[in-house]
Amino acid sequence: MSNTPETPTPLSRRTLLGRTAAAGLLATPVVGLLGACATSGSDEGSNTKAEEGTKSATNPLGAAEDAPLEVVIFNGGYGEKYATDVHEPLYKKAFPKAEIKHQSTQAVSTVLQPRFASGNPPEFVNNSGEKLIDFGSLVADGQLMDLTELWDAPSVDDPGKKVRDTVVPGTVEAGSFNGKPYVLYYVSTVFGVWYSGKLFKENGWAPAKDWSEFTALLDKIKAKGITPYGYAGANAAYYQWNVILTHAAKIGGTDVLKNIDNLEDGAWQQDAVKQAAQAWAEIGAKYVDKSFEGLKHTDVQLRQNQYKLAFYPSGDWLEGEQKKDTPAGFDYQLMPVPSLSGSDKLPGTAVRATAGEGYFVSAKSKNPRGGLEYMRQMLSVAGAKGFTEVVKAPTVVTAGSQGFAFPPGVASSQAALAAAGKDVFNLYFDGWYKELDTEARTATNELMFGRIKADAFVERIQKRADAIKKDSSVAKFTR
Amino acid sequence: MRHGKYPFVIGFLFAPVTLYVVFVIAPYAQAFQISMTNWRGLSAPQWVGFDNYRRLLDDGRFWQAVQHHGVLLLALPLITIAIALFFAFLLNVGGRSVGGQRQGVRGAKFYRVVFFFPQVLAVAIIAVLFQMVYRPNESGLINGVLMKIGLDPVLFLIRPNLALWSIIAVLVWQAVGFYVVLFSAGMASIPGEIYEAAEMDGASKVMLFFRVTLPLLWDTLQVAWVYLGIAAFDAFAIVAVLSVDSGGPDGATTVLAVEIYRNAFVYSKYGYASAMGVALFFLTLTFAALTLRLTKRESVEY
Repeated sequence: MSNTPETPTPLSRRTLLGRTAAAGLLATPVVGLLGACATSGSDEGSNTKAEEGTKSATNPLGAAEDAPLEVVIFNGGYGEKYATDVHEPLYKKAFPKAEIKHQSTQAVSTVLQPRFASGNPPEFVNNSGEKLIDFGSLVADGQLMDLTELWDAPSVDDPGKKVRDTVVPGTVEAGSFNGKPYVLYYVSTVFGVWYSGKLFKENGWAPAKDWSEFTALLDKIKAKGITPYGYAGANAAYYQWNVILTHAAKIGGTDVLKNIDNLEDGAWQQDAVKQAAQAWAEIGAKYVDKSFEGLKHTDVQLRQNQYKLAFYPSGDWLEGEQKKDTPAGFDYQLMPVPSLSGSDKLPGTAVRATAGEGYFVSAKSKNPRGGLEYMRQMLSVAGAKGFTEVVKAPTVVTAGSQGFAFPPGVASSQAALAAAGKDVFNLYFDGWYKELDTEARTATNELMFGRIKADAFVERIQKRADAIKKDSSVAKFTR
Repeated sequence: MRHGKYPFVIGFLFAPVTLYVVFVIAPYAQAFQISMTNWRGLSAPQWVGFDNYRRLLDDGRFWQAVQHHGVLLLALPLITIAIALFFAFLLNVGGRSVGGQRQGVRGAKFYRVVFFFPQVLAVAIIAVLFQMVYRPNESGLINGVLMKIGLDPVLFLIRPNLALWSIIAVLVWQAVGFYVVLFSAGMASIPGEIYEAAEMDGASKVMLFFRVTLPLLWDTLQVAWVYLGIAAFDAFAIVAVLSVDSGGPDGATTVLAVEIYRNAFVYSKYGYASAMGVALFFLTLTFAALTLRLTKRESVEY
């Protein structure tokens, strides 16, 4: 019935209906049949056979040459131009007979959730933005194509090199769930605290390396009548928990984050997390404007562009996102989260960096191998270069951004990444457990705006982490 | 006439009943079914019995939302009806009497249109509008003025004690116009002679309102109460768009619909969200049943 091997559906629609009827919960069979419509799709829809072509040197993944390919792009910070102008033509060049159906959306789950439920998902999806479909659920329900074959396939530019060897280390892991790669994270992303090079130069301020320098600098900024530090509480509190956890990793080493991701007992109550929370709660009390809790990220970012706010935590998509509002000469610069004390496990240059912006191939689509091939084309040097030229952001393809003159902000984040050397880390729990992300956001606002202390902060998130660990309906992941 | 009566009736009922079953009854039944599963919205669900309901009992956010519905259920109808009655009274019988006929205050027709404006706006627009009104810094409508005259800004949507009331104020603002019109229609049907007679007996405007208008408007008031009660179980759009951290700070403004949305479309826990939906269904049903009973008793008294 189903041609996909990894469908964890021990309960078929028929047995479900049988049990429903047996339980006598639905009065009439007619209602029962109607009731099954919305939830039943996947076993029915996937009995169409997936298209497959013959494997060859130019087509190592065996994509069907004439099968149509549907591409859905999240039309957010990166737009959709990179897909229509770069990646899709590349695929078309490789397979002239294939027809590409391009679609873009700002609400991925609204558009695609019914398609998955009815068993007719598009081949290739850029799952991103506020309304992305939970990756953990997609993996748990066997909706995603295993990308192992893609990573082991020869690369477009050098058949002697596997695709996995053309990307920055950590890319495959970033999109892996329980050790299996399912998601391609394409854009190289570095996180830190951003400031205006111009504002700092004019005032003779230098970015801080350790905590005493940092607070001294914040005092100086405050004296100047500028809000020293801030983030948007209304919808972007995760920018701040990211800073707190990055700080915790610097204090206690990268295992701190690994324990959190793996839902280890007491992971949030580790000393490093508590110390970081305490340090940032003080920043919140002294240097953050109380009104920021009610503002959206666009409002707060605009205030920074107006030189009313000095430091703002974010990833390096910030510069591109603010392009329209940034005054000339603003000069975005990244400062790594300052170290707390000399006894920190990681040096002050350490940064959180990851591959961001997720793409996947639907396992139950009609032409999944075409989706894999599309990814292989994206990961070619031409695909990566084209992307970088259009959106001014570096990709995970190592050769893709060589020789490209990035704008000042991305240049500074790339420099910070280089300076960090091997002290680069990442965290995953927010992608795996959306509920934990929500709880961390809420708790972060409570902490930073002075309603709770560090102890209560770690305790309440730990409580939610424990609840998720016990919840059998949530698929678990480890790294 | 008896011959062919049933085919005739069935012929007329078939289309609407089918539509009703497919688009109303079936989704309700389906919500009950999904609430017994751990469906994630993607592939076939697994049966979990009453697990979702058991989980509801320990879900602090769920109870917080229920509590907020309690507050809304009291505050929203009371405040809205009080304000709407006051305005409707002024618009219809609050002015001087001309030729023995009570008139509204000057410009009553103009005000009636103005009061109705919020009803014409889409809910999402109202929410965005009030984001500007409540904005916590110098660019907010209220706080901009406060800060100009040297006062501290009021953190409307941020202070946990104030946030829910700020939301209620928007709901009231939006609803009042409709009920002014509803009550105006009710007042128009009260015979002018009664007012005239009362006035001749020397009744003041306050007396007129409490002794004449209010008792004769009782039926309309009950309708308003039911409508507003049902509105109090919704409030989704305003909370979702207006509140901080959707339903925050820390759940201080959350309502069931927001929690259902979050569980279904953010956490992909459609089963659990459906269980909340079923709970909301029973809450609304209980409210409706209670109100109908009370209404019945009242009309018997009349």
